[in-house]
Amino acid sequence: MALLQVDNMTHYFGGLRAVHNYSLQIEPGELRGLIGPNGAGKTTIFNLITGRYTPTEGEIRLDGTSLIGLKPYEIASLGLGRTFQNLRLWRHMTVLEHVKMAHYSKLSYGLSGAFFSTQKRREQEQDTAEEALRLLKRVGADQHADQVVTNLPYGAQRRVELARALAIEPKVLFLDEPTAGMNPEELRQIMEIIRSIHADFGFAIFLIEHRMRFVMELCEIIQTLDFGEVIAEGTPDEIRNDERVIDAYLGKDIEI
Amino acid sequence: MSVATQTLANRWSGLRAWLARAWQPFRPVPLLGWLAAILIAVIIERAVGTPVARALGMSKVPALFGFIIMLKNPGLVFSALLYVLLIYLLPIALVTRLSVRAANQIAGKLIGYSVTLSSLAHLSVLYAALFLWSGESDYRQLVAKLAMIAIITTLSLNVVNGYMGEFSCSHPGFMALGAYGASVLTVTLFVDDNLLGQALLPPALGPFMFPITLIIGGAVAAVGALVVAIPSFRTRGDYLAIISLAFMFIVKSLFENLEVFGGPRGLANQPNYASLTTIFLWTIACIWVINNFVRSTMGKALNAVRDGEMAADAMTVNTRRTKMTAFLFAAFWAGVAGGLLAHVIRYINPDTFGIRKLAEVLAMVYLGGLNAVAGSIVGAVGFVVMSEALRPLEILKWIMIPVLLILLMIFRPTGLIAFKEFEPEKFLRPKVESNDQASSPPKTAGDRQQG
Repeated sequence: MALLQVDNMTHYFGGLRAVHNYSLQIEPGELRGLIGPNGAGKTTIFNLITGRYTPTEGEIRLDGTSLIGLKPYEIASLGLGRTFQNLRLWRHMTVLEHVKMAHYSKLSYGLSGAFFSTQKRREQEQDTAEEALRLLKRVGADQHADQVVTNLPYGAQRRVELARALAIEPKVLFLDEPTAGMNPEELRQIMEIIRSIHADFGFAIFLIEHRMRFVMELCEIIQTLDFGEVIAEGTPDEIRNDERVIDAYLGKDIEI
Repeated sequence: MSVATQTLANRWSGLRAWLARAWQPFRPVPLLGWLAAILIAVIIERAVGTPVARALGMSKVPALFGFIIMLKNPGLVFSALLYVLLIYLLPIALVTRLSVRAANQIAGKLIGYSVTLSSLAHLSVLYAALFLWSGESDYRQLVAKLAMIAIITTLSLNVVNGYMGEFSCSHPGFMALGAYGASVLTVTLFVDDNLLGQALLPPALGPFMFPITLIIGGAVAAVGALVVAIPSFRTRGDYLAIISLAFMFIVKSLFENLEVFGGPRGLANQPNYASLTTIFLWTIACIWVINNFVRSTMGKALNAVRDGEMAADAMTVNTRRTKMTAFLFAAFWAGVAGGLLAHVIRYINPDTFGIRKLAEVLAMVYLGGLNAVAGSIVGAVGFVVMSEALRPLEILKWIMIPVLLILLMIFRPTGLIAFKEFEPEKFLRPKVESNDQASSPPKTAGDRQQG
């Protein structure tokens, strides 16, 4: 069985069928993309797998454990990390605090530690701070560690979000449009960072993206979604030449 | 028009420059120096305060820095100001200036030895000053006690309304639960009372059992908080405000109808256990515990839930448990504050814990500033002292205080000190004169919205 296995997942929002009969297998270390026109249901699929919504039908398994019915934080603790399309950073917290926060489930000092500042708490806070700094250095944002995130440029905020997602030690990392709103220079940097963390940490990456060049360059296998259904799956070359994909993006019977 | 505003702006910046120049000599003074100077000023007051006040034409030592005297008898404004200058400002200015080097050395040694020792030393000087200051009159003592209880209440509400970003109105209800819980225990166990019967235990045990009764009172309040939290934390938004407001009124009418505890007539005869020392220790404990909590990653999770619950979830934070814990924790401290209040006033009735108390607590939280321990301390003490100082205005006081709050909302909408971490270690450190860093800390993004 694959590391992350989704079988025949279907989801309705009221009467609207947002996702239909969706299946996915992600093997360890794989780099996979999900593309599709606006409103195809890409983010809904992320939200279904990460536990934000419970699918109407279907089964999701991470490393053999069923994720159906688990809370988002439980799914995250099992090793499913994610970033968000619109950067959900916490606007009053510093960069370091962001990355430390993602160690939440690993803290074991409990309430007595939090209230009375025990030795154990100080050690664990120290350790997570060091670990967080290491990750920030990895994505090239350690020089901002003590700044409040809202003061950072957009590209740096993206990296902080990435470092935060890395801190939960994911087995699979979901990236929701990691290049949204970036300029070409930032785009090049984030691509390098994603490549190098993927090589170093060895986890699988599943990403949603709108920029075709970015996906085609980065991903090994790409799924194309339209109206909540997978219309094509294959290597970048196969996708590029797939009739249905071109139709979904450009419409049928166009004349130039 | 524009000329007038310009000159006003000029004058304002001139005043600021002048203040900055006047402050310059005091910048190297460490906290220890200030506390020692205050202690010395208070000692001077105890020694020569009465003759000085008489010589200046006042009948007795001004209780609250001359405010009350000035408002009662405007003819004495000059003497009151002179008294404050002679007894407080001049000695403090002199002592801080003269003792800069010694104070810095001692502070450096203390912090070098251990943070705990240094904090204890600072706190004992503070306590000595407070003890001597409030020893002057019963009135001062009452104000000091009420101010410290207000610190506990404000800080605990700040955990919910500031750190967690929900709007809770049930704090007076939690205080009532704590007050009745602790009072019923102490009165039943240690006092011969018409209502609750003979004392069950020797009264000599009372003062030692008092902390336990307070903790039980706090626990009762926390159980009440559970009743509010279970339905309202399923969703976000205004639900908590509505449910908690309802809860406050339910608690009030519950005690109005509980004839065993005196009903609307209230409960009296609380023993005199809430001494200045007891309240001081509880206040310090409260500040220490709450400050520890909000600075830990577990406490910071509250901010994460407030600023983006979905992201908090995705980063393994158990959001529901986080919210519940913080809410119960805040209610516990409100209960403790209620128990202390009951034993200071030594009489409580359900009306004490109504909508007026709520307005007071909310005003203190928002005056001091959200998401800041230091802000809550300043807000609570400032509000209590202000409302006592304005007492001679009688009914006008209730116009003055809202006007001041409105002005505050216009000029400092986030409160006096908001979104700042309170780091005691920073205050305990000596200030070396050569270390003249003009770097202001990065502005917290309180007023800048994310795109």
